[in-house]
Amino acid sequence: MTKPADHRSLLSWLQPLLLWLPPVLFLSLFYFYPLGSILQVAFERSQAGLAGPFYEVFSSPGIRNVIAFTFWQAALSTLLTLLIGLPGAYLFARYEFRGKSLVRALTAVPFVLPTLVVAAAFNTLLGPRGWVNLALMDSFHLLLPPIKFTNSLTAILMAHVFYNTTIILRMVGDYWSHLDPRMSQAALTLGASPLKTIQHVTLPLLMPAVLAAALLVFIFDFTSFGVILVLGGPRFATMEVEIYYQTISLFNLPLAAALSIIQLTCTLGLTILYTQLSKRLQRPLSLRPVKYTQRRLRTWQSRVFVTLFMGVLLGLLTIPLLSLAARSVVSLERGPDPSNTNPQFTLAYYQELNQNRRDSLFFVKPINAIGISLAYASMTVMLALALGLPAALTLARDQDWRLNRWLDPLIMLPLGTSAVTLGLGFIVALDQPPFDLRASPLLIPIAHTLVAFPFVVRSLVPSLRSIRPRLRQAAAVLGAAPSQVVRQIDLPLVGRALLVAAAFAFSISLGEFGATALVSRPEYPTVPVMIYRYISQPGSLNYGQALALSTLLMIATAVGMLVIERLRLADIGEF
Amino acid sequence: MHRPSSLVIGGIVLVILALSSCTTAAMETLFPTSQSTSVPTQEHALTLKVMTHDSFDISEEVLAEFEQANNVKVQFIKSGDTGTALNKAILSRENPLADVFYGVDNTFLSRALNEDIFEPYDSPLLAAIPAGFKLDLESRALPVDYGDVCLNYDKGYFVQQGVAPPMTLKDLSQPEYKSLLVVENPATSSPGLAFLLATIGNFGSDGYLEYWEGLVANDVLVVNDWETAYYSEFSGSSGKGPRPIVVSYSSSPAFEVLYSEPAVDEPPTAAVTANETCFRQIEFVGILSGTQNRELARKWVDFMLSRTFQEDIPLKMFVFPVNSEAVLDQIFLKYLSFPDQTAIVSPDEIALNREVWIKAWTEQVLR
Repeated sequence: MTKPADHRSLLSWLQPLLLWLPPVLFLSLFYFYPLGSILQVAFERSQAGLAGPFYEVFSSPGIRNVIAFTFWQAALSTLLTLLIGLPGAYLFARYEFRGKSLVRALTAVPFVLPTLVVAAAFNTLLGPRGWVNLALMDSFHLLLPPIKFTNSLTAILMAHVFYNTTIILRMVGDYWSHLDPRMSQAALTLGASPLKTIQHVTLPLLMPAVLAAALLVFIFDFTSFGVILVLGGPRFATMEVEIYYQTISLFNLPLAAALSIIQLTCTLGLTILYTQLSKRLQRPLSLRPVKYTQRRLRTWQSRVFVTLFMGVLLGLLTIPLLSLAARSVVSLERGPDPSNTNPQFTLAYYQELNQNRRDSLFFVKPINAIGISLAYASMTVMLALALGLPAALTLARDQDWRLNRWLDPLIMLPLGTSAVTLGLGFIVALDQPPFDLRASPLLIPIAHTLVAFPFVVRSLVPSLRSIRPRLRQAAAVLGAAPSQVVRQIDLPLVGRALLVAAAFAFSISLGEFGATALVSRPEYPTVPVMIYRYISQPGSLNYGQALALSTLLMIATAVGMLVIERLRLADIGEF
Repeated sequence: MHRPSSLVIGGIVLVILALSSCTTAAMETLFPTSQSTSVPTQEHALTLKVMTHDSFDISEEVLAEFEQANNVKVQFIKSGDTGTALNKAILSRENPLADVFYGVDNTFLSRALNEDIFEPYDSPLLAAIPAGFKLDLESRALPVDYGDVCLNYDKGYFVQQGVAPPMTLKDLSQPEYKSLLVVENPATSSPGLAFLLATIGNFGSDGYLEYWEGLVANDVLVVNDWETAYYSEFSGSSGKGPRPIVVSYSSSPAFEVLYSEPAVDEPPTAAVTANETCFRQIEFVGILSGTQNRELARKWVDFMLSRTFQEDIPLKMFVFPVNSEAVLDQIFLKYLSFPDQTAIVSPDEIALNREVWIKAWTEQVLR
């Protein structure tokens, strides 16, 4: 199929078209059409024509600052995330150690937690009354907390690293684990220093996966909303925050639309840059099964090194989670007896979750909320894989096809789109049967799929591209039917990547807090929506229930991730 | 030669798409919630759709009363915070998502009226509502409930320090209250905006910036949302933050008793309700223009203004009924003080100046 002659035949034209059909239909209907509609409505409201709002954006120093800050914090966050994530990815890729799959599953948990909960978790650690500050004040006899975390850039950066390290760990770690270690061993044997080996062998081979992961992390940070709002405080704003303010508080839809378009253009520019770079870097490789690439920890040095680094990584990612979980079973309230200041162990918050004490119509048992969340998440996984796999296949196989060069950057756009804008787009566009989905529960997995789809494609393409075309040709020559080639060559070789993709789709859906963007049917709340219901009311019981439900969400996520990890042993993952 | 594999994949795609639509249908049976079972399985002629914000709540029993009396199923559509929900109602004006919209407050009222999303309805029950709540004289938006945004303080802190809690807004710039106050950003938070309006009602649009200058000098902390202010920064809540004064609601102390664990009789916090220190948020309901169910929609509006619903409001949403015949639960009489006089800024003034005030405030306080 990479022979030039093939490209002239009708069949080879038909194949990518057929593969593109489902994702393109889906994106047109649920992304481009709503987005176009809301932008049109917004600009119709502009009194200064189409250009007016753009002029307003660029002539306001405040908004120019917002744009500059959006880039700056995203770049810084991405760098830090790579710094923490790459060594972790290396360890996951090259070493086999006990508890590895548990550690991997745990690192995915931050990804799904609502920002308000993460903020609370960080606060119990680093806030003015957090453990760290209290300990420092105590040991150095300070009057004021030495660490200022609230409303700082540090808080934003830490939260971004906390959320997104798992992207690097998974996407790069997985790719790395299939790289043949003999190549760097050869370099070392030939006298290259370890640094030179990394620079000239490992990194270039790894680059496609690093770039893909870094692009996703960057776009996530670039469009960051909750972290900036809750942890960054009022002095920091990204474009996404500004769009929210202009839309909701001021109802200045034209200005919000102009900002959305600028944000999209930036995303598109970045993605085009990425596709250009990755095409140059990508080369077919001999991917190796994990059992040939991974070592056990034999020497004590490697044991110490792995333990130390895993300790740091786990500490960063799980200590805030653990402090949250601990807080959900501890009552700090004094109760009726004011002299009682000791923290008390309690399961009251968990018990209360099952009580509908006030006869509320919207009460949902946590087990049901988790069930609803899992149902949405499985739908998202199915949809995102069903749409992402064909797109990834054609992107990987028909690289030189002109349409692919156009479509490739477009699939990343949903990630760079303002959720507020798109949410209003659904209201404006999807209002006619058979697509009057404005208040349908189906809209939730659809919206989650828009975010998950680019992840699926980006996780699959690097692995698919690295398959040597000759493998497929050889199989064909030996008489394998085309579907057999897919089943026996493509799928086994990218089986791991497929599971990584599924894991992303799963966690994106579990953690997505759709309430701001979508119209929701209150009878089917997801867990994050329920958490928000509790934490938006005063009272120790409400706060405790929010933490308890967050803990249950963490457990559900970790278990879900472990299950996805196990799947590979059963079927296609190994070869 | 690759066409068959595309067909295989295409087939898988179709099957999965079909599967996921079935899953949605199955969800109703898998997760029967209170809402889908609140009415016996009789056949309903009609469904009334009520669009509202995320904080809306109602007792199962109270709703069942309305549904049974009118043989109707009420479907609630929650659409985000107040501003978001209103924007959605405005943008779906041509083809309304619902028959009734509840939850627009006086800070957003002018937007709703200017965009003409409601049709007028002179409910007979308006007679029981004091004139002060009826901000729309054409009865397109009818008042349902109100809540007061007030300073809350941590009682324990002031007892321990032997300092009196603040009584007026002016007190907050005094040295004994230095570094004690946390407020929400008016650009992103509804109580934040309400508190800014309280200061404007107090000191006028030419004096409020000077007042805020004093607060900044006294180290006021601004955060973006109520949750962070109350749970991360305020010392009176379970979050055990560092600051003992916060902008919250007059009803928050009652919440601290009702939702306490372990149970307490006395709230750890109290609200400052002295004259003109609070700003009153009034919430309205209106019938969306273009409804196909006008009669039912009117019945629902009447129901929301009737004693049954009005008396359900406080324990469900922690705001208070506007109907003067509604009787408050004991718990509120015990833990609540109502301000005699709140700071007043009219909806028109708010609509006209919102952007200017917030911008000027941002320059003064955050830069």
